[in-house]
Amino acid sequence: MSGQVTIIEFIITIPLVIALAIGCGGSGRGLALFAAWANLLLGAIVFAVVLARGGGDMHFQSSHILLDSPELTLGFAADGMSAILVLLTVIVTFCAVRISPQQPGKGSGRLYYVSLMLIAAGALGAFCATDLFFLYAFHELALIPTFLMIGIYGHGREKVATAWKITIYLGVGSLILLGGLIALYVQLSPTGGLTFDISKLAPGPGDHPLSAETQKWIFLPLLIGFGILVSLFPFHSWAAPAYACAPAPVAMLHAGVLKKFGLYGILRVAMPLLPEGFDAWKELLLILLLGNIIYVGFVTISQRYLDRMLGHSSVMHMGYIFLGIACCNSIGWGGAVLMMFAHGISIALLFSLCGSLRARLDTLEFTRLGGLGANMPFLAVTFGFAAFASIGLPGFANFASEITIFFAAFREAGELGSLQVVTIVALWGVVISAVYMLRAYRRIFQGECIGNLGAADLEREARLPVVLMIVILLITGLFPNIILKLVPDLVGTL
Amino acid sequence: MLPYYLEIYVVILGVLMLCLELFSGRRSRSKIALVGVAGLGLVIGLMIFAVPAPGEDTQYWGIYHYDQWAAFYKGLALLATLLVLVMAREFAPVFKHYTSRDEEASGIGEFYCLPVFVCAGLMWMSSAKDLVTIFVSLELVTMGFYVLVAFMRRNVGSLEAGVKYLILGALSTGFLVYGIAWTYGVSGTFSLDQLSVSLSGDDLPESAAVFAFALLMVGIGFKIAVVPFQIWVPDVYQGAAMPVTAFLSVASKAAGFIVLLRVVEPFLSVASLRDPVLYLIVFVVCATLIYGNLAAIAQKNIKRLLAYSSIAHAGFLLMALPAMGGSVTVSGPGPHASIAFYLAGYLVMTLLCFLVLTIVRVATEGEDLVALEGLGKRAPLLAFAMLVGVASLAGIPLTVGFFGKFFLFNIAIQNAMQGGLWIVVFVAVLGAATGFYYYFKIIKAMYWGTAADEGEVAEFKVGRLAMVSILVLLIAVFFFGIFPGTLLGLIQ
Repeated sequence: MSGQVTIIEFIITIPLVIALAIGCGGSGRGLALFAAWANLLLGAIVFAVVLARGGGDMHFQSSHILLDSPELTLGFAADGMSAILVLLTVIVTFCAVRISPQQPGKGSGRLYYVSLMLIAAGALGAFCATDLFFLYAFHELALIPTFLMIGIYGHGREKVATAWKITIYLGVGSLILLGGLIALYVQLSPTGGLTFDISKLAPGPGDHPLSAETQKWIFLPLLIGFGILVSLFPFHSWAAPAYACAPAPVAMLHAGVLKKFGLYGILRVAMPLLPEGFDAWKELLLILLLGNIIYVGFVTISQRYLDRMLGHSSVMHMGYIFLGIACCNSIGWGGAVLMMFAHGISIALLFSLCGSLRARLDTLEFTRLGGLGANMPFLAVTFGFAAFASIGLPGFANFASEITIFFAAFREAGELGSLQVVTIVALWGVVISAVYMLRAYRRIFQGECIGNLGAADLEREARLPVVLMIVILLITGLFPNIILKLVPDLVGTL
Repeated sequence: MLPYYLEIYVVILGVLMLCLELFSGRRSRSKIALVGVAGLGLVIGLMIFAVPAPGEDTQYWGIYHYDQWAAFYKGLALLATLLVLVMAREFAPVFKHYTSRDEEASGIGEFYCLPVFVCAGLMWMSSAKDLVTIFVSLELVTMGFYVLVAFMRRNVGSLEAGVKYLILGALSTGFLVYGIAWTYGVSGTFSLDQLSVSLSGDDLPESAAVFAFALLMVGIGFKIAVVPFQIWVPDVYQGAAMPVTAFLSVASKAAGFIVLLRVVEPFLSVASLRDPVLYLIVFVVCATLIYGNLAAIAQKNIKRLLAYSSIAHAGFLLMALPAMGGSVTVSGPGPHASIAFYLAGYLVMTLLCFLVLTIVRVATEGEDLVALEGLGKRAPLLAFAMLVGVASLAGIPLTVGFFGKFFLFNIAIQNAMQGGLWIVVFVAVLGAATGFYYYFKIIKAMYWGTAADEGEVAEFKVGRLAMVSILVLLIAVFFFGIFPGTLLGLIQ
């Protein structure tokens, strides 16, 4: 398999090479834009090819052995889930790079674009790695520039404190995760040699080599570690302040893409390798995800600033994805992956619009805004679309994913277990989202105008990414099958 | 070529540099350093002609041997010394300030020669075959360091450090000699090969043997700076000149570990001694990891911070010892290979950090974390190099530091699964987590600090040789972090 360079390797290498080129003195904006276009194209090709060949198998496999004992391979491949997340990453990266020139206070911008490229490369590598080590390592590669950018280019007086908080919080989360992954690798490696290769760690058909008890205790650090990265309740408090502080492209990339790594990890590593471990903690997860949906939902309603509200809303929607995962059937997982995609695009869209608003206004406090729809018609309309998508109105991918998840929970007719009860409570989350999103929209764009009359509408360069994201949400919302059929039975052994 | 010619060449190089010092001008002595760098580079090149075949162990006079480990550590010593000379050249302005009255270079010529002699000691030690040779070569190294630490004679901090290091070093030497004497009394031999044979005899006085081991541990513990023999480290690291601190933390530690590995294994492989020796080691490991990591958190001076971090690294390195000599089988690199890998990685990342710090120290005259503030804006490349070095010290994946820690954890976990001792793994995990915090404090200062926005802006002058060294080390950190097999291949 080695010897030929696959398209996946290209996708990961391009941003890395571009980052190096920018670091050596290239033009930040031009090179980054080139990488974004190239990756958008290649990502679309990967997605199309995987769609055509079926999402159940691994495509574009490549592997280079770096170390024999313990076996370490630099390997990449993409199945349906990876292809969806690769597509998500390249779209959000493209939009983030495209709106970057409008970001205030980035100075010469070289470090800025290098960081963006590294985040993109890290996310792509993590989603395609077939090796436990590189799965983890690429995520770290994306995290560190994220921290740096929030501290350097963030806004608000609290930016250093906030950046420090997210650094420590996610650093600890990654370490707990690393502990779990090492335990997994030590315990699950086949006899006769340690290996990091996920496919070799996977238990074969038949009985699982580990007892249910062992699985349970290895799963816990994985759940906590991945949970911290996804802002699972009660580990969510880093998210909203960080997104409020972060420059818009970073918020887009982290909330839209990088946060999905935790969910991806649970679906790719934790559940397939430790099925009984998941069963042991399922009830706990159901309670925690209600915390995400209902508790954080109410917190979101009470927010007074747009950026913080969006941050909390992104935490809240993670609850639905966990619900889809907890359904333990292929419909639920399909819904979860579709929601990862839909939420990724819609939250990126919202953060990009929020960034544009911030650049125009003195404040994002609701009580000091109003009537902006009159002189910013484009922003008002697109923000409306984004808000509707986020609530989950029919026609958008978010709707399709939510309804898939809710149906998945009731697949077994007539049964009313904890999953079904939780799902019924979680349904109210849709109402909560409607309350805060519609209220925010009314307060910002409608009603009496309180100042800021001179602010102009969205500039021409920033319109393409916004429209692109809305169109993608609509397409995948009207034809959710493109995504859903790429997610076959993820966890075959269950 | 006979392998011990390498040491002879290095000594000749040192003498040559001393002679050169006599004839060079008073204004500039940096040529001496260049000669040293070139000479050491040449010796590294000559090592190719003295490569031992795999498994080959050439012996000379029963006190000197040359195998793959010896060759590896010799290479390490040469490389470290070479980089320290590069660093010392950058540091010359500060040396001038603290050695001679009129900012002349006349006082700093010897400084370039001493590391070369220390290097010869280190190389000899990596080949030492018996306790007396070990002692003599270790003293050669330590004597060199006494002078180096106190070299900036017009700086009170440096003098204080020199006195502290001299007194405590002499004390530890006393313990080491006493331990060697007891070991000889117990086993009747100085030779390390025969030590394990005679220790496993039936009529071994066990308590006396354990006592001998404890004394040896005290002596070596000073050199590698493990708790409870670490008190000197922060003050000496802070007081000594930047290149000396770097040399101390890399070379002195490597030297200590070479000795430790040689001495510990015979004791651990004797069944009746294994348990008490193991308890001693486990106590030292846990105490070192906890103390080093926790004490580093509160530090505001970079050299003190790195001093405590070097204590912590000694703790990580010791994690591999309990797996030695017993019945534990380790899948993956064994204790010797892991420690060698870690030491090599530690050399690369530590010297990278110290090279950057040297340049910062010369430009800003500051050694506190505040001096680094704003480095991200003013000198992006230096800041990036420091970022990578620090991330590697913290053990972030894709850097060499990750695999260094990983191999040691791999051993500790497998040891724990087969023979208990989970406490070591537990403490080490906590230590590694704490490490993230204080290493990121450095990154935080460089990129988020605002102190440098006001006031005059210091200018960073980076010599060409230093620049090349920084780039090479930077690439090495990533290269060995992604392809650890290449470095392991050199070892095994």
